[in-house]
Amino acid sequence: MQHFSKKEYQKQVSKQEKSPWIKNLIWAYCVGGAICVLGQGILTYAKQMGLPKEDAGCVTSITLIFLSGLLTGLGVLDKIAKHAGAGTIVPITGFANAIVSPAMEFKNEGFILGVGAKMFVIAGPVIVYGICSSVIGGLIYYLITGGRL
Amino acid sequence: MPYLNAFLFGGFLCAIAQLLIDFTKMTPARILVLYVSAGVILTFLGLYNPLVEIFGAGATVPLTGFGNALANGVIKGIGEKGLLGVISGGLTACAAGISAAIFFGYLFALIFSSKEK
Amino acid sequence: MTKTIGKRTLIFPSRPSVNGFYSVVGEKEAQGPLKDWFDLTIGEGHFGEDSWEKAESKLIETATMGAIEQSKLSLTDINCFFGGDLLNQCISANYALRSLQIPFLGLYGACSTMAESLIAGSVFLDGEFGKNVICSTSSHFCSAERQFRFPLEYGGQRPPTAQWTVTGSGACVLSKTGEGPYITHATIGKVIDAGITDLNNMGAAMAPAACHTLCAFLEDTNTTPQDYDKIFTGDLGSIGKDLLRQLLSDNAITAENLEDCGDLIFDSETQDTHAGGSGCGCSASVLNSYILKQMKQKKLKKILFMATGALMSPTSSLQGESIPAIAHLVQIEI
Repeated sequence: MQHFSKKEYQKQVSKQEKSPWIKNLIWAYCVGGAICVLGQGILTYAKQMGLPKEDAGCVTSITLIFLSGLLTGLGVLDKIAKHAGAGTIVPITGFANAIVSPAMEFKNEGFILGVGAKMFVIAGPVIVYGICSSVIGGLIYYLITGGRL
Repeated sequence: MPYLNAFLFGGFLCAIAQLLIDFTKMTPARILVLYVSAGVILTFLGLYNPLVEIFGAGATVPLTGFGNALANGVIKGIGEKGLLGVISGGLTACAAGISAAIFFGYLFALIFSSKEK
Repeated sequence: MTKTIGKRTLIFPSRPSVNGFYSVVGEKEAQGPLKDWFDLTIGEGHFGEDSWEKAESKLIETATMGAIEQSKLSLTDINCFFGGDLLNQCISANYALRSLQIPFLGLYGACSTMAESLIAGSVFLDGEFGKNVICSTSSHFCSAERQFRFPLEYGGQRPPTAQWTVTGSGACVLSKTGEGPYITHATIGKVIDAGITDLNNMGAAMAPAACHTLCAFLEDTNTTPQDYDKIFTGDLGSIGKDLLRQLLSDNAITAENLEDCGDLIFDSETQDTHAGGSGCGCSASVLNSYILKQMKQKKLKKILFMATGALMSPTSSLQGESIPAIAHLVQIEI
């Protein structure tokens, strides 16, 4: 083959890849928004039940995580996520799905190194970077505000 | 009104992430890390808590809200325990979410198996 | 005397003959456009086993036994098994061969393995090291997903360029003598890297390799695509096939008779498979059903079968490497 330029080829390839981004955007917005509305409903209900604000927030998270985990287990969540994309990934439901799906998947590799270890294979980075950035941010905050020891 | 606010802002955060997926080839894992870190940073800068006041679950349910909870926990921890709070505050505040995810993850792994697609 | 023509195309004067072939596929493949051509459908993906990997092993075993039965031979008549699969350390083939007990040379050429095994088998027979060999490979959607991508229940979104790993296996018995179809020529591919890094666009990574091998073969044999009834590529999918057409026309070659196994096996509109099928099992199951059956019926008399493989691993792509690809070509005649 005489005529081949990597650069031109890569240009040609990048022209070909077109995601249906408008459709994806609408799906992501609607599903993501709907999950937050559900969260708001749980939050409002928990507050009405007399829970303090922070506890109501925890109950909301736990409920959404449970629902997302259950739908993952039933094999429904990935069917919604196929269309919703970031709409199910970004809310806490995506975090739950990222933990439950590898836990189920790697059952064959045993409950210690399969389920136990692989559980964090996708969601691990979120915890790592969330905690590290909060500690670094906290240190700076501590130094600036001159907090006590 | 709180429901509309939650929908509008929650949907907005998801839509931004979707645009990142479609146009930057960023993998979902990177976007989630970005969102959590952004939530932490915006909270320390004092910018995220006002959003939570306005948009409620629209700001707390997306992963930026996880970052927000971590940072608020650290700030609260510093107030109560000083330097120790920098380390212990974040996870204390997020204990419910993380424990729930791990426990339900294990539970559902016991009950269900992956299905063929 | 070497058995080559041109720069690097092999010729097999003894014309190894395909005396038996068999294909076995999963449920999704059996709902696709080629449903009537496959020999066996396994139904639920576990195939009666308790892991996807064991199911894939059983696919190879089943295809192999089917091909042997069709060739009216028995296991002990087989001198060597050439084959492999996509999983780490080729475990599907290894474990299938644990029970088959045939002398075994494991091959890895990613999705190009079917053509690779045909070439290795033909060389073996033409060198008169035996009378009958098996060439086989497999892939399984579920085992490939968990190794290369995400857990099955993970809620991700597949871009339009993504391909769907075929659950299936194909096997054929190549013999020194027989009624054909015959393997007459082969071109062994070189590893070509066009600098594509997108793991969801394998077709784009493999098309240059396919073009490279096809051009080398046509030059060596001094033929044009029109000299063949059909040219089948392995699993470029619809996007890779278009890119290959483009690359060929850049080199002043037109190939109207170009078909792609990944493009044939699924109906992307109704089966949600995006750019088409992929995996070793894709070209293996299509060759050992749709293609060879049409050759037996004399609907096709002279074809080129060119399986393409993307040679990356999760490790190499995490380290930022681009995706190298390879394409092996065999000419089959009856």
